[in-house]
Amino acid sequence: MIEQVQNPALEIHDLTVSYDKKPVLWGIDLSVPKGAIAGIVGPNGAGKSTLIKSVMGLVPLSSGYVKIFDEELNTVRKRVSYVPQRESVDWDFPASVLDVVMMGRYSKVGLMRRLRKADLEAARYALQQVGMEKFEKRQISQLSGGQQQRVFLARALTQQADIYFMDEPFAGVDAATEKAIIQLLKEMASQGKTVIVVHHDLQSVATYFDWIIMLNLRLVASGPTEKAFSQELLEETYGGKLTLLTEVGELMKKGQYPTREKQ
Amino acid sequence: MNDLIIIVTGSLVAICCGILGCFLILRKMAMVSDAISHAVLPGIVIAFMLGSDLDSIWMLVGAGLVGVFTTFLIEFFHRQGKLQTDASIGVTFTWLFAIGVIMVSYYAGDAHIDQDCVLYGEIAYVPIDPIITDSGSVLGPKALIVLSIVLLVILAVILPFYKEFFLTSFDPAYAAAIGISATIWHYLLMSLVSITTVASFESVGAILVVAFLIVPPATAYLITTRLHHMIGLSCVFGILAAILGYYIAYWIDGSIAGAMATVAGLNFGFVFGWTQIKKARPVTSPPISQD
Ligand SMILES: Nc1ncnc2c1ncn2[C@@H]1O[C@H](COP(=O)(O)OP(=O)(O)OP(=O)(O)O)[C@@H](O)[C@H]1O
Ligand SMILES: [Mg+2]
Repeated sequence: MIEQVQNPALEIHDLTVSYDKKPVLWGIDLSVPKGAIAGIVGPNGAGKSTLIKSVMGLVPLSSGYVKIFDEELNTVRKRVSYVPQRESVDWDFPASVLDVVMMGRYSKVGLMRRLRKADLEAARYALQQVGMEKFEKRQISQLSGGQQQRVFLARALTQQADIYFMDEPFAGVDAATEKAIIQLLKEMASQGKTVIVVHHDLQSVATYFDWIIMLNLRLVASGPTEKAFSQELLEETYGGKLTLLTEVGELMKKGQYPTREKQ
Repeated sequence: MNDLIIIVTGSLVAICCGILGCFLILRKMAMVSDAISHAVLPGIVIAFMLGSDLDSIWMLVGAGLVGVFTTFLIEFFHRQGKLQTDASIGVTFTWLFAIGVIMVSYYAGDAHIDQDCVLYGEIAYVPIDPIITDSGSVLGPKALIVLSIVLLVILAVILPFYKEFFLTSFDPAYAAAIGISATIWHYLLMSLVSITTVASFESVGAILVVAFLIVPPATAYLITTRLHHMIGLSCVFGILAAILGYYIAYWIDGSIAGAMATVAGLNFGFVFGWTQIKKARPVTSPPISQD
């Protein structure tokens, strides 16, 4: 079940991504409307992080293209924000909470310029939004995992972007904070911002997201949650197909299959 | 006067190294500096053979290029060959260094260059090796002038781009996502490290320069929570090592650079011990509740 929309915030066309010639994402075709809060779900290793990384231009594409607001990433980069998975950095780095949140302002400030008072205020405001204002001077290594996650969220918020890509922003965050943050994201969406979130908890999908992307190496579904979030498609995403697809990936690596077959 | 020149030279090495070393250890690339300090050897010999004087500007430029080349090879074997970083470092620098060793032994006869002078340096000779202009006036000790220029170059690069170096050291993926290429800053840093290594090798040698690059920043890392404090403190530790090291060497009549690096090591030991004692102290007050 793949629903395409007119005038999308994010458009992915015929995307294939491989690591060492082994495809991990395969023929992805989807679009996400503006102002949506979209969830990406799928089992471990389904390629959720890879999908976000390929949208952010962090991994090379084997085929296909990505458009954001109908433009190339480079021309709209200032309107795009990214929350990486928390494990991607070393939290023992000598930096304070505020130092990290201020990084969200770097692209706005530009090369060789110093951060200004307005940037500081934006950073403080973002910290308030995620309930971390009391920790601004603390070294990042002295935070709990959930607090570190909130710092990453605040950093993305200070960018004041129009589209946000978040890789498991709720991992390790307590239930109350998660609710507060979802509330925040919903407010942002109501102002026309688009938020795309990798999410693991299937229980909360229906209440959190109005758009759902189900992924397992290939795209299983992309559409409004009420239509696409069905038992059948969930089984297809998480069910026995996983092993089969991995086998196909292995075969392709050995060069026994053409790069793409019509489904 | 000579004392002062030697101490100032040592301090300049310490400051250049202290600034760059902080970024190196935070990027987990401490051993890349070791690799570069060895890999520049063939470059030094080539510059020497070309008949140009050792202090020529080309030497620094050449060093920068060799550093970039070394960094590139390390990355290349790591990325393309899926070789572990440390293995990749080992392969790259031993090979370049070996070529340098052959070249040094081959040309040892006709030039005043030998393994000892490259590997160990001799800071005591700094005051008696001045730069003399064409008109014959003495500008000052060569190493001192070259190191001052290098320090200015480092400051001219790091100060305006501090936030880019900060971000690409902490989170290169996010940097790339917001359009700040981590690669450029990576190579720029490595060229600065190479230039510093070459500028320091006459005074402290290619091996001990690594001590200045790594030990004071590592010491500062133990007790700081912000990057700019870490940089400042590692310069202070480096200068302390230069001063104390000089007087210890004078007192025992031994290698000055060796004594400086030893003091840096002892310094690390003291600070490490102190942080361990502080950690082991029992908690005296109940935790403050926080949400
Ligand atoms: N750098 C890499 N080199 C080779 N293979 C990789 C690399 N990164 C990821 N993979 C593989 O690509 C596939 C997709 O990985 P990805 O990280 O996108 O999964 P994910 O859906 O984010 O999983 P998780 O839920 O565990 O975060 C996995 O099979 C993984 O083994
Ligand atoms: Mg992932």
